[in-house]
Amino acid sequence: MKTCIRILIVSSTVAVAALTAGPSAAKSPRAPLLPAYVEECGSCHIAFPGRMLDAASWRAVNAGLDQHFGVDASVDAKTLEPIRAYLASTAREHPTTADGIPLLRITETRWFRHEHDEVPGRLWKGPGAVKPADCAACHRNAAEGSYSERSLHLPKKGEAK
Amino acid sequence: MRSTILVATAFALGVAPARAERPADFEAAFAAEARAADPAFASFSATRGKLFFGATHGGDWSCVSCHTKDPSAVGEHVVTGKRIEPLAPAANPERFSDPASVEKWFKRNCNDVLKRLCTAQEKGDVLAWLMTPGAGGGR
Repeated sequence: MKTCIRILIVSSTVAVAALTAGPSAAKSPRAPLLPAYVEECGSCHIAFPGRMLDAASWRAVNAGLDQHFGVDASVDAKTLEPIRAYLASTAREHPTTADGIPLLRITETRWFRHEHDEVPGRLWKGPGAVKPADCAACHRNAAEGSYSERSLHLPKKGEAK
Repeated sequence: MRSTILVATAFALGVAPARAERPADFEAAFAAEARAADPAFASFSATRGKLFFGATHGGDWSCVSCHTKDPSAVGEHVVTGKRIEPLAPAANPERFSDPASVEKWFKRNCNDVLKRLCTAQEKGDVLAWLMTPGAGGGR
């Protein structure tokens, strides 16, 4: 009986969460990443959460996937459609542009540089350096889209990989 | 709302899984394709596959750049540092089990390394090597 009640409570909570989930919930840092996005875009690098680039930047990224930073990351049109919609709905509201042109590299955005300005330079340079796209080297839960400071761990030099 | 729950339940129960195939099925399909392209096609060669896997083909990268020389080992993307699960089917049963995934990755990675699509002969040679014990395939 107790189990039944527990299941009921859990089910109702899930139902309420589903009903109240709107665009703002999708933008939450705790919102789960779209599985299709992780599958298509999370193999060669961490599936960067939508909130890291604005909608124009994501559109520019998605328009050039066959030449994506020098590699072929093409996704067929049918698979790409929900990914486009997901990134558009979770995109950063503040522009990620330079001189009005959408930035494609997250590491070049103003917010990224600001957030990382206290990271010691030694981590980015030399042998054993952290690769800038390798969020998970320090953000241990980055693969799940979580970048909270609680899961932050700065590796010692050469420890990253 | 009800349809959302139904769909979610269907996924959770795995009602519509991707069609699973075995590496040998892919080898047979590549062989049929290679024979259609060249009636003189004889067989795949693991030795040739290993050489192909390690060669740069005129560009900067080879397959080894990310997958390492040992396909039973965990690799790492050469630019991003992202972990890449082993490529040898014996070390990673997910490899060569889903036709759409196999097609996608050969297309992407052949374009990255060779600036063109791979032939059925080339794909079959590489698969023959990945399935060979000692290439990480037999541990």
